[in-house]
Amino acid sequence: MRSHTRWMAVASGWSVALFAAGATAAGAQEAHIGKLTGHAAVGRPLYTRYCAGCHGDDGDALGENAQWIDPKPRDFTLAVFKCRSTPTGTLPTDEDLFNAMTRGFVTTNMPQWLPLTHQNRADLVAYIKTFSSKWKTLKPGTPIAIPAESRLTIESILRGRGLYQKMECWKCHGPAGHADGPSAATLTDNKDLPIRPYDFATGSRFMCGETNRDLYRIFMTGLDGTPMPSFADNLQPAEAWDLVHFLRTMQPLKTPEVALWKAWLASHAGELKPIGPGGGAQ
Amino acid sequence: MRTHFIAVLATTLVTGGLVRPAPPRAAGTISGKVTYTGTPPKMKPIDMAKEPNCATAHAAAPVLTENVVPGPGNSLRWVVVYISAGDQGSTAGTGTIRLDQKGCQYIPHVLVLQPNQPLDIYNDDPHSHNIHPLAKLNPEWNRSQPAGAPPIHTKWELAEFIPVKCNIHPWMHSWQVVLTTSHYAVTAEDGTFSLSGLPPGKYTVTAWQEQFGTQSQDVTISGTETKAVDLVFKATPY
Repeated sequence: MRSHTRWMAVASGWSVALFAAGATAAGAQEAHIGKLTGHAAVGRPLYTRYCAGCHGDDGDALGENAQWIDPKPRDFTLAVFKCRSTPTGTLPTDEDLFNAMTRGFVTTNMPQWLPLTHQNRADLVAYIKTFSSKWKTLKPGTPIAIPAESRLTIESILRGRGLYQKMECWKCHGPAGHADGPSAATLTDNKDLPIRPYDFATGSRFMCGETNRDLYRIFMTGLDGTPMPSFADNLQPAEAWDLVHFLRTMQPLKTPEVALWKAWLASHAGELKPIGPGGGAQ
Repeated sequence: MRTHFIAVLATTLVTGGLVRPAPPRAAGTISGKVTYTGTPPKMKPIDMAKEPNCATAHAAAPVLTENVVPGPGNSLRWVVVYISAGDQGSTAGTGTIRLDQKGCQYIPHVLVLQPNQPLDIYNDDPHSHNIHPLAKLNPEWNRSQPAGAPPIHTKWELAEFIPVKCNIHPWMHSWQVVLTTSHYAVTAEDGTFSLSGLPPGKYTVTAWQEQFGTQSQDVTISGTETKAVDLVFKATPY
């Protein structure tokens, strides 16, 4: 009996040691969100419980539900993410992944994961980063600087409208933002699957947020893995805010942008050339 | 003790790089032709009606698809031929490689460069393009380049065959091939290629075609000889 007890003690000691070693190996990945530290080893069972059904046990987007889902779940083995605060071609920050999980993806099967605690979500972020070696060889990008929003004026909206024409946003998003531009029907993502541009007329939240700052960030970082490129090379911050002001006018929402635009249009509509080939200027 | 000291000294000299590099040895050449058997797909005219500028520019002679470009004598163009094993005497690529977007086409259709070699991407068209290299080992990015925008200066760190597309013009497709070896060539219109400056040794020569995959052959080079190597792909129409 005595020896048996001793054996048990040794065995359990070993198993603790083994568990610790396992935890260290998997937990080499950590996530830091504010004051929270997420641990991959803790995130693993949470992932199996809440995420693997779609994203797959191996993070390869081949979970049992994936075949029924469109758009498809994110493939974590590629380490390519849409919603980032960092420039195109760079890894997102831990906070970006945390925010994406918290916010969910509107118009997709990815819900808001608010029922999970902040700590749970931080642990999941750490575990998601174990699926690609890029998290070991590359560092996340530096978040882009977003200056304070410029004042909303009819001039800023009109300048933004000129940019919507000049930057050719309408080629995909359509002349009136209805996602019906000439290139909309042929868009594919990085897995060659069809993908739709955002339809401003739905007034729904954006894929990566809902505020004016989120909108600024979306077109300045691009949504990696999708046809939406980064415009950071060719838009100055002031121009980017102008574009934000115009984009808002295309959403059927009660926003200051829409109010100002409608009031102005009432007496000036005839002054605008329609957006499209050879158009757009006032 | 003394022997040990000499051994250490010798090791230091070798590993410390104090030993002068050997004088350039005789170098050979591998040259040949890439051809196909079977039936390749037909090059189809591309409808660019969605981009009136480009449709007008090519009105007289529509641009043809370039995924398989057959030439005289069953030859294949745009095949990358390179040393895939046994490579020696390679140097780092330093010259700037240029990619143009012109008339809604990528020029060249296939370009080869080495890790960290500068790559400049130009938009010569009077409208926007977005450049979207679908890299997997390297970071995938996607940037808008409106008319008149400055060139994009970039590079790739890792060897990879990277397909590139423009999402606005879905017919625009090209390849950026990153190779660690400097012994490479892209076949000409008549399917010919030449890899020169190869020190004596055993090599594997590989030909890569975007639709048909790869074909390899082992070649031994001695002295300054030129070895003829012909690589043949089995073509299928789809």
